[in-house]
Amino acid sequence: MPTTDRDVAVQADDLTRRFGPVLAVDGLSFHVKRGELFGLVGPDGAGKTTTLRMLSGVLPPSSGDARLGGTSVVEDPEEVKHRIAYMSQRFGLYTDLTVMENLAFYADLFEVPKGEREERLERLFHFSNLGPFRDRLAGALSGGMKQKLGLSCALIHQPEILLLDEPTFGVDPISRRDLWLIVHDMVAEGVTAIVSTAYMDEAERFDRLAFLHRGRVVALGSPDDLVDAMEGELLVITVDRVRQARQAVTGHAAVQLAAVFGDQLHVMVSSAQRDGPAVRSALEDWGFTVSGFQEAEPGLEDVFIHRIARADANAAEERA
Amino acid sequence: MLNRTRLLAVARKEVIQLRRDIRSLIMAFVLPVLLLVLFGYAISWDVQNIETGVLDRDGSARSRELIDAFRSSGYFDIRKQLEDEDEIDRLLDRGGVRIVLVIPTDFSRDVGAGRPARLQAIVDGSDANTATIALGYARAIVQSYSRNVLFQGERVTTPIESQTRVWYNEELLSRNMIVPGLVAVIMMIIAAMLTSLTIAREWERGTMEQLAATPVGRGEVVLGKLLPYVAIGLIDVVVVSVIGVVLFDVPFRGNAALLMILSTAFLIGALGLGIFISAVSRSQLLATQMAMILTFLPAFLLSGFMYAIEVMPTALEAITYLVPARYFLVVTRGIFLKGVGVEVLRVQGLLMIAFAVVGLAAAIRVFKKEIAR
Repeated sequence: MPTTDRDVAVQADDLTRRFGPVLAVDGLSFHVKRGELFGLVGPDGAGKTTTLRMLSGVLPPSSGDARLGGTSVVEDPEEVKHRIAYMSQRFGLYTDLTVMENLAFYADLFEVPKGEREERLERLFHFSNLGPFRDRLAGALSGGMKQKLGLSCALIHQPEILLLDEPTFGVDPISRRDLWLIVHDMVAEGVTAIVSTAYMDEAERFDRLAFLHRGRVVALGSPDDLVDAMEGELLVITVDRVRQARQAVTGHAAVQLAAVFGDQLHVMVSSAQRDGPAVRSALEDWGFTVSGFQEAEPGLEDVFIHRIARADANAAEERA
Repeated sequence: MLNRTRLLAVARKEVIQLRRDIRSLIMAFVLPVLLLVLFGYAISWDVQNIETGVLDRDGSARSRELIDAFRSSGYFDIRKQLEDEDEIDRLLDRGGVRIVLVIPTDFSRDVGAGRPARLQAIVDGSDANTATIALGYARAIVQSYSRNVLFQGERVTTPIESQTRVWYNEELLSRNMIVPGLVAVIMMIIAAMLTSLTIAREWERGTMEQLAATPVGRGEVVLGKLLPYVAIGLIDVVVVSVIGVVLFDVPFRGNAALLMILSTAFLIGALGLGIFISAVSRSQLLATQMAMILTFLPAFLLSGFMYAIEVMPTALEAITYLVPARYFLVVTRGIFLKGVGVEVLRVQGLLMIAFAVVGLAAAIRVFKKEIAR
């Protein structure tokens, strides 16, 4: 079913940003539907922060454009800022202001009517559990509480679109759960959220996601679709000297891709039944001790590693 | 175009931050008073009670009369009667005295016989300024003494009599020059030092990125940040003026309202310049250094506060025309000492307003709601 303009909250078209000779974001195109929780997933330096900065109107794109709620960030970045809430990766609140003073400052900047503030604050405090700390200086909060305050400040004006840059980075597990609860709650109320993360295990949470690698989208879709689209089958092998084993097995004719996951080796082959025994005996021939060997359903991480390898192979081919 | 709620939000935030930052508070309220007291007491170009030594070889009534003339002038403090010439060197070297008067053996005999008598003054020239002034005083005293001798106390009329009268600073006290000048210098320091930090600090701490993603306009940020500092600056003008008048007896003859109005204009210009520097440098350290070089030093050295502009080399004098403090100094000294009003300070007044407009426009123009290029 084709999506109409009304359903699209964010539309990025060939969004590109250069810093000198470096292409930080290279022709990014994707759309996010209204009320969707969209992920920008990728390792450090993939271009997540640069993308979110361009979407929030604080960094002009080198070329391309993005529309948020129909408004172009190139033509009218200031108008975009009324609709969005952006939370930068670095804690961007005033450490020498208290929790309440920070919230009041942002409420003023977004002209939240005085009459509505009390109710909104109550709600935000309910979510964030920051109520008892309202008179504490923001600089004296723990990392997790700082992030929750940042998110609260972003939400004080009830934005249409939420742009969060690695909100859970370096945050303790409990605060991390709180943060996700808040985000899910906002999305349930119809807010559109774009959240970046470098944690692969958080990728499952998104309705849809774009996996970024070196400034390009290498995978785009819902977690299920991405896993389903995966060609080949996965062998999970427990083996000693796992890194050398990966090196050795990578050259094997039946192996499409091999990657280390903790102390296990994930090997993609086109058919587990056909190629599995060959891979196992090859490993044993090279002197490795295989203590576990089974077929498994590939996860999102397998998809990402597969896509990165493919993208790098393509890039190498382009250069050659 | 400017939204009042947002502008006041920025101003209020800035006040809260200032209140909690002891370094800024000291710079805003303690430093001006400290500078005033320090400069008011320490800098003085007035030369009085010059430590003096006398080597009286004559030892006559005449020579004692001459020494008395020096003593009673008030400029010379006769500290030491020397016995022989070797002592002169030692005393001058140790800084015990700055000038030594040598009266030769036949001083009274020569004077009595109507022959020109010789008198020697040996001056410590290491402080050239004091030395020149001391010599001038000595010459004047000797001259009036020889006139007395010549006419034996009779009243005489010289063909041309010059009478000097000093206006505005009747006693030629240098603190009367310094205190009004310091009002201007302190404004410049406060404005540049405090504001050069404010925007740079937001870039450094990452709060600017967050701020840039809100609908706040750049005019609102710049003006909101400026307001509290204008208030601080005006408080400083009042405090420094009151201390100057009460503690240092500096006359205040002009219109206080005019001083406040022109100070406000000057402050806005200086603050705008500070914010401009802050927005360009984006680092607190660089901002402070730029503020020192671009605002503090010129205000201090090239405004006519420390050194008279008239005696500067031509190239340097040309630069002083670009130093806003130069014109504000005319304003403060004019209002304090001369009691002049708008009719006299029209040009300076217009220049203050121009400075305010240019400073503010530059600040707003250069301030961008975009993160690093």
